[in-house]
Amino acid sequence: MSNIRRSSRRQILRMTAALGGGLVAQRQKLLAWDTPGKLGAPLGPYGERSPFEKAVRWHRDSKTPETGSCFTPLQASVGTITPSSLHYERHHAGIPTIDPSQHRLVIHGMVDRPLSLTMAEIQRLPSITRTLVLECGGNSAGEWAAKTGPDVQRSYGLVSCSEWTGVPLATLLAEVGVKAGASWVIAEGADACRMERSIPLSKAMDNTLLAYGQNGEMIRPSQGYPLRLINPGWEGNTNVKWLHSLKLTNQAYMARDETSKYSDLMPDGKARIFTYRMEAKSVITFPSGGQTLPGVGLYELTGLAWSGSGKIERVEITTDGGRTWTAAQLQEPRLPIALTRFRMPWRFDGREAVIASRAIDETGYIQPSREDLIAARGMNSIYHFNGTKFWRVQADGTVTNVDA
Amino acid sequence: MWTRSALAPAIVFAAAATLTAQSPRFGVGRPPTPDEVRGLGAAIAPDGGGLPEGSGTVAEGRTVFAARCASCHGPNGEGGGVGAALVGGTGTLATARPLKTVGSFWPHATTVWDYVNRAMPFDQPGLLKPEEVYAVVAYILNLNGIIAEDAVMNASTLPRVNMPNRDGFVPDSRPDVGPTKAKKPGR
Repeated sequence: MSNIRRSSRRQILRMTAALGGGLVAQRQKLLAWDTPGKLGAPLGPYGERSPFEKAVRWHRDSKTPETGSCFTPLQASVGTITPSSLHYERHHAGIPTIDPSQHRLVIHGMVDRPLSLTMAEIQRLPSITRTLVLECGGNSAGEWAAKTGPDVQRSYGLVSCSEWTGVPLATLLAEVGVKAGASWVIAEGADACRMERSIPLSKAMDNTLLAYGQNGEMIRPSQGYPLRLINPGWEGNTNVKWLHSLKLTNQAYMARDETSKYSDLMPDGKARIFTYRMEAKSVITFPSGGQTLPGVGLYELTGLAWSGSGKIERVEITTDGGRTWTAAQLQEPRLPIALTRFRMPWRFDGREAVIASRAIDETGYIQPSREDLIAARGMNSIYHFNGTKFWRVQADGTVTNVDA
Repeated sequence: MWTRSALAPAIVFAAAATLTAQSPRFGVGRPPTPDEVRGLGAAIAPDGGGLPEGSGTVAEGRTVFAARCASCHGPNGEGGGVGAALVGGTGTLATARPLKTVGSFWPHATTVWDYVNRAMPFDQPGLLKPEEVYAVVAYILNLNGIIAEDAVMNASTLPRVNMPNRDGFVPDSRPDVGPTKAKKPGR
């Protein structure tokens, strides 16, 4: 196989820019005639990626691998959709195996007509499809500390974007008839620990989705097969997987995962509770920590931006450590509460450059610096870190994190 | 999937049985059976709603804890290599090294019952009977000096336990950084 084929597309871009179009023709010839006369693999029932593609999720070694997080390899991402197989994961008691023909959703509590529904019945109801970002409330938790994450996967990788299909929860709430005085929905999953969260009824009536489809097929087991909640713009933990119970109540249930966890401790010792929304955030995915630019020349600097409050309005990039900021190109269409790809041509001249991005969403919210976040919240809130991430492109082309 | 024991809200079934079998507009679903609701986790409200009958003492809880909890959480709930610390941390929340435990952080004793019942022991969630859950919660609360050695936890006493950090939680006040901090985005 030719070296050119193994080169990154950026290297090709660089060489193309340097030498003109001649290499492109040579590359196509090599690709087409490497192995003349030999048949390829036969047809198959379910696709796999090329064996040359190696990007995988990362997780810490653990004595209890049924709980923990898998981080999406953002550094290898292209476009805006995360493959279902690389979607980030956060589990608390392992991934259950659920036969959809046996699965039921029970809606009960303060309702006129408690209902038990099969998956087939849920899939009969009018459905919608939305492309939505999902981000763990604890994504980038390590970035509060002065020693920041070494690469984009481990520091920002608990975020992914899928096309979700399902039934608006409001449709079924109308069917059960919510009693006067009900104000919360207690959602519970069918995993071993029966994970539960309290969701305000106002959110449930507004845009919560009972999702069974992801990226054109049924949701993967690790994403909640056969049914999960999707709460657009809200922290991942509220998007309860393997959903089997929705109980209408007149109070939040103060579950472990909304009191002990997923609450944000402030410097005065008080903890913010029900901090659902994921605020605007962005990160440069190329060049990013752990990558190496093969030489000086023109590159496409690119990354991802998102906001739980709506569309990304603007992304600005600095290549001089934050002194000046330039607007990046945004991939259209920009969808609300979805990953937005940004790009900017950038010439690496062999001198050290400190680069970062910051997102501005349609509400006018500007992604803050780490320092501004710490000034407002201290360093012990764990969740909802959305600060700007700086990378150092060194003179030799290697890229590292920048410790505070 | 429907193997977990939980308190069945009998009133709901009595009402449901008299209703139409299917939803009014789309004609889907039917009233849940008692077995189906028993298969769901027992969701416990801060006011004690959902707590089952039964009770447990600190002494009984010490035995349950030693058998089922100590291997991960340490013999005295101090935390181990796998399990979080369940005691200590009082006075640390506003310091550089906060220790968030049942005693120092959790606002409701009902949450401890709910979580132990649904999620513990980690490798066999749902193993403990309601009496054992009451007992082990009593023991954890006693380890933290929140209830007396002779206290008995049940559906009546547990919700009335005065947790030290009961008032330690405040609403979300974001956006709190930048030009839009005074402006709340729509949902």
